[in-house]
Amino acid sequence: MKQEYTISLFTEDHIGILSRITLILTRRQINIESITASESAVKGVQMLTMVVTTTPDMVNKVARQIEKLVDVIKVFVHTSPEIICQEIALFKVTSRGLMSGSMIGDLVRKHHARILEVTPEYIVVEKSGNKAEITDLLAILEPCGVLQFVRSGRIAVTRQVKELNAYLKEMEEAERGRPEKLEVYN
Amino acid sequence: MKEKTTTAAEQDMNNHEAEVTGAEALLKSLIEEGVDTIFGYPGGAIMPVYDKLLDYGDRLRHILTRHEQGAAHAAQAYAMVTGRPGVCFATSGPGATNLVTGIANAFLDSVPVVFITAQVTSVLIGTDAFQETDILGISMPVTKWNAQVKKAADIPDAIARAFYIARSGRPGPVLVDISKDAQVENLRYSYRKCTYIRSYNPVIPLHMRDIESAAVMINHAEKPLILAGHGVILSGAAEELKALAEKGGIPVAVTLLGLPSFPQKHRLFAGMLGMHGNYASNMLTNQADLIIAVGMRFDDRVTGNLKKYAPDARIIHIEIDKAEINKNVRVDLEINNDAREALKALLPLVREKSLEKWIREFRILDRVEYEKVIRPETEPDEGDIRMGEVVKTVSDLTDGDAVIVTDVGQHQMAVARYYRFSEKSTLVTSGGMGTMGFGLPASLGAASGSPGKPVVAFIGDGGFQMTLQELGTIMQYQIPVKILLLNNNFLGMVRQWQEMFFNGRYASTEMANPDFVVLAGAYGINARRVTRREELGQAVGAMLAAKGPFLMEVAISREANILPMVEPGASVSEVTLTYR
Repeated sequence: MKQEYTISLFTEDHIGILSRITLILTRRQINIESITASESAVKGVQMLTMVVTTTPDMVNKVARQIEKLVDVIKVFVHTSPEIICQEIALFKVTSRGLMSGSMIGDLVRKHHARILEVTPEYIVVEKSGNKAEITDLLAILEPCGVLQFVRSGRIAVTRQVKELNAYLKEMEEAERGRPEKLEVYN
Repeated sequence: MKEKTTTAAEQDMNNHEAEVTGAEALLKSLIEEGVDTIFGYPGGAIMPVYDKLLDYGDRLRHILTRHEQGAAHAAQAYAMVTGRPGVCFATSGPGATNLVTGIANAFLDSVPVVFITAQVTSVLIGTDAFQETDILGISMPVTKWNAQVKKAADIPDAIARAFYIARSGRPGPVLVDISKDAQVENLRYSYRKCTYIRSYNPVIPLHMRDIESAAVMINHAEKPLILAGHGVILSGAAEELKALAEKGGIPVAVTLLGLPSFPQKHRLFAGMLGMHGNYASNMLTNQADLIIAVGMRFDDRVTGNLKKYAPDARIIHIEIDKAEINKNVRVDLEINNDAREALKALLPLVREKSLEKWIREFRILDRVEYEKVIRPETEPDEGDIRMGEVVKTVSDLTDGDAVIVTDVGQHQMAVARYYRFSEKSTLVTSGGMGTMGFGLPASLGAASGSPGKPVVAFIGDGGFQMTLQELGTIMQYQIPVKILLLNNNFLGMVRQWQEMFFNGRYASTEMANPDFVVLAGAYGINARRVTRREELGQAVGAMLAAKGPFLMEVAISREANILPMVEPGASVSEVTLTYR
């Protein structure tokens, strides 16, 4: 049975690593539904969060193949109940449309959105939440005239947040613990 | 300009920090890694490196092949016979793309090769400059790691990483792409061998609990079977494998690349696995109650139909590459570790046992295969010469003490089936990739890496003509390979499939061939053609005794089939023993 998985992974900040990762998924015809990349809590270590839909067997196979890449430090695979995830979306809506009725008030009170910029022509609204919440808000704003809509990929933490950070710490300590990382030959 | 007064060696002593060019730094780095031989082909972008190579001729032997693909295969073969990473040079653009088949071949068979390609000057990268190609992107799916260097100062570290990655863990090819300006620029040279990369942990700690579980499973098994692959050879675990098999009384079947991992004269040798493997090993895979797979990856050519594979067996998989475990076959116990380390730990926990009844089942099936297939193939009284009898003749006359190289196809399977490999044998063949044209260039690489040992290359008429330009290399360096050209004027394996699965419709498989003896003569290589069975023994003997390179063409049966065969889609226990 196919289901949604969030693959979180830590990599060295090296050129080409993203290509190598996507090659593995492409070869197995797995579509990346969303992807986010940014520096992690450790300097020089990138964190990547991808959402894919596939079978449990296949997600384990590709996770192992990704982890095998020289520049990949660690791969975690999670199903939706195991993580807390958010996306962020920006809506650029016509001011005229948004000003009618009680829409503005509803945005802030009911949908916990924020107003980022107001001009006579348009208003920019920011909303973070899960995929469904953002999609719902888009449907609500649509009649007001949405000029632009953009959403980020998923970012996620596991319910055992400690595990991820502990692993990175361990790694750092292990590295510091090595008195002379590289033997000197000459 | 001051005149040179010190020798290169003296300079070496006191110039760790001396200024050298990137090209020279590359060569010095290779020497630090113990490299003595390079296979390659020059071109525009790599000229600074070749220029410096002239000054290092006393320490670095360069073998100029006739095509970059040949250099890649030769470097792989060199690695396979020496156990050290092979090194291959090529220029940018077409030079680099010509390597791709060779890189992919080394990748699928886990052989450490360091490929150095030149790249156009860094400011031109990305502009579609003359002879520019994105070799990093192209080689990404077929290298263990690759990187581009655009500054001379980065060359030593890149080379150190390349060697560390290529030879550690599950070995494989790596590629370093060096821009032309980085080769010319100066740097303060010093070399540090790489022994650690944070994101890469090739040495895996042993979990004793799993080893103990494995021992319990082995001690309780009544019909255990060991499947030994290339990993046994790569990790140097042949002795440990033999000790384990002997202590537990366990028969050992091998994969194509695992052939020399277990002596074939041993009473526990159970044969080769897979499509053209032995009858007993395939049939009894499906009767075994325990499979102990060591350093192999359950390739589809080994397993046949996965749905009907080893239904009664629990499976222990000892494998250094975690991504191979549970990839094709679901296993009951995974031991993600180096084969040698795991077997060493396992040995004391395994009880001494004798499983005569189980072994007898192998012998019974061996007898059937011998009568129906092996004897007619290796000891025919009449008719055309068979591939099997040629291989057997070489096997008898070398007594397993040789480097055996093959190309790909029917003759390859004949060698795998009828050469009696032992601890003294080395097999250089293209397994996972099945690259026709591998044999001839591989043979010159193998011979360059094993002086004093007989190197016999079995090659079909099809594969030979894919890379026959390497006869020029063999001539130039007088590389003493013995080329055994098995000529049936057909692309034999494809013809066999056409006969068996395409109603005998021979589409583009019949070959009109040149006079190979004359061709060899044009390269100054001694050659002869054998057409009669009676000449065979004497001819092989003379070939083996010949000094220098030699080509022997044998006219063999035109439409012979390799059997037994596990047909595509069939289970390993549905072996076709005879056909027609």
